[in-house]
Amino acid sequence: MNRMPLSRTARLLILLATVVVLGAVAVGATLAAAGRADRKDRTQSDGPKVTPGAVRLDGPHQGLFRNMAWGPHRDEITAVPERRLTGPRTASGVHCLRFHAAAGTGICLQAVHGELRDSYRAVLLDRRLREVRHYDVAGTPTRARVSPSGRTVAWTVFVSGDSYAGTAFSTRTSVVDTGGRRLDANLETYALTVGGHRVRAADINVWGVTFADDTRFYATAATGGKTYLVRGDRGTRTLRALHPNVECPSLSPDGTRIAYKKRIAGADPDAPWRLYVLDLRTLRETATGEHRNIDDQAVWRDGHTLVYSLPGDYGSDLWTVPADGTGTPHRLLSAALAPAFTR
Amino acid sequence: MYLADGRPAPATSVPPGGRRTGRSRRVRAAVPSTVLVLGTVSLITDISSEMVTAVLPLYLVAELGLSPLGFGVLDGVYNGVSALVRLVGGRLSDRGGGVGHKAVAAVGYGLSALCKPLLLLVHSLPLIGAVLAVDRTGKGLRTAPRDAMISLAAEPAARGRAFGVHRAMDTAGALCGPLVAFVLLRVAAEGYDAVFTVSFCVAVLGVVVLLLFVPGRALPAAEGTAGPASAGPASAGPASAGPASAGPRTPAAPRTPVRALLGRPEIRRLTACAVLLGLTTVSDSFLYLTLQRRLDLPAGWFPLLPLGTAAAFLSLAVPMGAIADRIGRRRLFLAGHLVLLCVYGLLLAPLDGSTALVCAVLILHGAFYAATDGVLAAATADAVPEDARGSGLAVVQTGQTAARFVCSLAFGAAWTAWGDHTAVLAAAVGLALAAALSARLLRPAGPAAGPNSPSEHTS
Repeated sequence: MNRMPLSRTARLLILLATVVVLGAVAVGATLAAAGRADRKDRTQSDGPKVTPGAVRLDGPHQGLFRNMAWGPHRDEITAVPERRLTGPRTASGVHCLRFHAAAGTGICLQAVHGELRDSYRAVLLDRRLREVRHYDVAGTPTRARVSPSGRTVAWTVFVSGDSYAGTAFSTRTSVVDTGGRRLDANLETYALTVGGHRVRAADINVWGVTFADDTRFYATAATGGKTYLVRGDRGTRTLRALHPNVECPSLSPDGTRIAYKKRIAGADPDAPWRLYVLDLRTLRETATGEHRNIDDQAVWRDGHTLVYSLPGDYGSDLWTVPADGTGTPHRLLSAALAPAFTR
Repeated sequence: MYLADGRPAPATSVPPGGRRTGRSRRVRAAVPSTVLVLGTVSLITDISSEMVTAVLPLYLVAELGLSPLGFGVLDGVYNGVSALVRLVGGRLSDRGGGVGHKAVAAVGYGLSALCKPLLLLVHSLPLIGAVLAVDRTGKGLRTAPRDAMISLAAEPAARGRAFGVHRAMDTAGALCGPLVAFVLLRVAAEGYDAVFTVSFCVAVLGVVVLLLFVPGRALPAAEGTAGPASAGPASAGPASAGPASAGPRTPAAPRTPVRALLGRPEIRRLTACAVLLGLTTVSDSFLYLTLQRRLDLPAGWFPLLPLGTAAAFLSLAVPMGAIADRIGRRRLFLAGHLVLLCVYGLLLAPLDGSTALVCAVLILHGAFYAATDGVLAAATADAVPEDARGSGLAVVQTGQTAARFVCSLAFGAAWTAWGDHTAVLAAAVGLALAAALSARLLRPAGPAAGPNSPSEHTS
């Protein structure tokens, strides 16, 4: 490409030199990442104490969550007493990316490390965190919920193809009873109505189920670039849109309010979501005292308090804020994700 | 024209992947070294880009805690931008009698390479979207000049095979990329930065191979009006592209503007067919979605469907290119769309037996790409004069891309209104009509390669 074309030898030498330099950079970056991965397996001195032990999903008054603290029990479901959430953690040995539990039933979305690539599965857990059965899922886990009775579970994954499908992502949400008798593998097959009209678009996505009981639930449905809070019914296989601009709903224990992510117009486009609470009777929206961007499906610790994750030093911390719009957020737990609280 | 690759070839030697060149074996001669080098560049670059594509959802969700859903909305926009940029790339690259092809392609490859480390620095969806948009811009820029170089390097009679070889190498890279990424993630758990860094290194290697081993000028010095003028002052590097280096030195070069290109009946017919058929080519995602729903496939299969198409494409691209050279590129291009019609037919047929049907659909789908993707480029090269090769390729391919985009919108609307079965039926009827019309449009020119093309003044 120069005025005087390089000789073949010169070009081969340049290529060789480039390969050596680039190879060194690539190997260096990989070794550095591998070293960091090893460090993550070693316990940090300033981190929470984590010891292996027996964890039960039906133990009273405890917090359960995915432990994000570095060390041998990273990514395991751990338990702490409700009164001492920041105290020592008991690790169950069960690895989950996403997790939820209620009434002695757990749903764990986990990675299965294969030879060539990871795959994912949704694992139903009994009260002692033993696998009841599992379902292979089509993509990256993102949301998981158990109904209050523990008899029905739901999960959402992101599905994506490779370059032939572009960078388009879509969700797939499944619901099944713990007996495994009735699997709705894809809620998009339910009949969706928006404003009384049946919607049959191919771009429908449903995610973020929160259960009212074993057959009725709320979720997010998106179509045509808009998101809606929908009320779902497993009996009639229907989804009915109730309210616009609601993502990742979470139903309060008394069933009257929905905590959710609201996309704020005019907000920093890097961080469009704020934590809101919707009164289901009046459809009145209340902004919570949390003014940062929230990309999580919040959980209700009790009838008045919300818990949700925010990025932290070890990937994720859990924060809490009152549900009625008062107060300010504070950090509940560091290095934790996907919480559930037993009563 | 036949000599186009003759001079560079012996000196050009071959990148890591290739073997010797310049031997008088007919098989080797059919695939010029420039094509092998460009194929190697594409292979390397696709490893790099597919590494990123493969881990992106995981990175967004597991590492950044973001929802990647927003990408779905932006995807169409990116594709639109990419199509427009392709026209610009084609137009720019035709300047300077072929010097521009390499320069513009290098800028395109370089731009995409630079995006990989940027991914390490941005942590929000809009910014990641912006980086990916720049990546697409690079892809849009480089596609037309790259295809122009392939067409100029190959003998007209063997162009179909040359494009087939290039597309096969390209797809091989696309299949390797995800494997490399997952091996890296196995070595270093959550080592997304390692994946992006290695991807960057691989991309840079692609650019270096391009710069070192692709001849700077595709046209031999003795040829055409632009030849002597631009022979000496070849550009000094990739950055000093088009206008600056080439502009003043080739004042009299009779470049063919896009409008004049479309004034040629040959190109108008080809573009019209590409658009017509593109309007009835259902996008891959819709096809896989339909297949998945129709057969109620296990969820774990879904990510494998595109791999099936790619594998079939990979293994059929070269033979299809060779067939195109024998029976005529336009004829095979049409035949490829009839294969797509068979795919629609299978999706509509009341058949059971999932596995066999899935395999049949994916193999036919890959065959459709093998019979149309490189083949269209080869057919376009037959119809476009050399000094406008990049622009001509860009016009036809942009027309096709835009038409496919419109088809996606229409198919989505049809699905919404009538359900997926009727939507596929509508696409099938449309495709049959478009194919019949295209057969009429393309017939007068016949499948001949070369002699009747106005561009072959050198041969």
